[in-house]
Amino acid sequence: MATYKLKTPISEEDARKLRVNDVIYITGTMITARDAAHRRALEFYKEGKKLPINLQGLAVFHCGPIVKKEDDKWIVVAAGPTTSTRMDLFEDEFIKAFEVRVVIGKGGMGKKTTEAMKQYGAVYGAFTGGAAVLAAKAIKNVKSVEWHDLGMPEAMWVLEVENFGPLTVAIDAHGNNLFQDVQKKVEEKRPKIYKKLGA
Amino acid sequence: MVSEIVVENVAVKLLQLAVTELPQDVKQALQRAYREEETEAGKTQLKAILNNVELAEKTRTPMCQDTGVIIFYVKAGSQAKGLDKIGEALRNATVRATKEVPLRPNAVDPFTQKNTGDNTGRFIPFINWEIVPGNTLEITVMPKGGGSENVCALGMLSPGRGVTGLKKFVVDTVINAGAKPCPPNILGVAVGGGADIAMKLAKAALLRPLDQPNPDPDLAKLEEELYEAANSTGIGPMGLGGKFTVLGVKVDYAHRHPASYPVAVAVQCWAARKASVRICSDGKIEYLTHKVV
Repeated sequence: MATYKLKTPISEEDARKLRVNDVIYITGTMITARDAAHRRALEFYKEGKKLPINLQGLAVFHCGPIVKKEDDKWIVVAAGPTTSTRMDLFEDEFIKAFEVRVVIGKGGMGKKTTEAMKQYGAVYGAFTGGAAVLAAKAIKNVKSVEWHDLGMPEAMWVLEVENFGPLTVAIDAHGNNLFQDVQKKVEEKRPKIYKKLGA
Repeated sequence: MVSEIVVENVAVKLLQLAVTELPQDVKQALQRAYREEETEAGKTQLKAILNNVELAEKTRTPMCQDTGVIIFYVKAGSQAKGLDKIGEALRNATVRATKEVPLRPNAVDPFTQKNTGDNTGRFIPFINWEIVPGNTLEITVMPKGGGSENVCALGMLSPGRGVTGLKKFVVDTVINAGAKPCPPNILGVAVGGGADIAMKLAKAALLRPLDQPNPDPDLAKLEEELYEAANSTGIGPMGLGGKFTVLGVKVDYAHRHPASYPVAVAVQCWAARKASVRICSDGKIEYLTHKVV
């Protein structure tokens, strides 16, 4: 277990150095993307259209932030992670198409995403569910908002962050998946727990 | 006479307190979990939770972006005057708090999917009424987040399986929920009554302070046993593995129909937000869960 401070753009080599249970903090540029932004980005890719921002080496955050406008400037008030499993539908293709290196969210992701992370060199960073103030504090600036027509939570917010974290590496680029390991262990324990309760 | 405007103002304050500052018992339970957690991943998550809680309190910002569906529990003294206006006052307070705190608008029409934008709607905020002797008014607010609500479970179990069936159902609920309800969680468990009664009691049980064991020694023992069982799953903080899957288990019950054995499990995320106030007939206001200067 080690702690790393990463700066975007993150190289494939650096992403591959990370192992599950490592803790990372990210400085640089990240985008928010939920279901709708993932879908649109992949549509753009299929149509050969350029995204509003080059995502190579960046982090993508599963988050629908609360953002307010003050004197023509966007300010992120709260930005906790949303449940990542919904993005399992898109994430393997997203990683392949745009070469993002860190996917951030809560609750973990499935087999297809884990495989893609192994193949293309990316990791999943678990951010504490509900820790919206902590996240907002690390967001120093809103660089731009793209696809605002999708609504505040679903738009792609391009954020400048400083030491965004702690993120626990829960899926690494070597096929390890901490959430699935935990689930496996829990299933192994289930019969023992039943027995102790007399069930 | 309990004035309508006093109730409204106090309820706005109550909502602000609830979403920005955890009550002492929850804070202490989280601090203890951080001290005693054994996995690195679990410790990292608990530390982040504690930092977030401190930051939210200091900056008076909601500790989680999901400020929940607003539920009130009102104990109304039967001698208190102006009770017919309390419901409206709480509704107005919810609208104001949504703007002033701010709260995330979380009231959506289930057919049109339209968000009302102010946290009010049909039956929302929901008010649980109880008439008690006296002339004071006690109001508790519980903003309830969606992630943990989605894994609440009701089991209409076989009476033949008895308490053992209850225990298994609670463990299954915890395991099926996994990382989804942002653990460490608090579980409200209730048995009996009927489907609706069991769930109502389970949810209300979440309001009992974590540092107070059940006054009934048998139920206190059951709470302890369920606490140990839930934590022996190893799901841990945020589902990343560890000792603390739950911070506490609170049990309640009602007598049941001979043919029924309803068991309800209400799941609460770590952001166990609640705030209570007592308003006396002479206008004295006493906050019961938070220090207000």
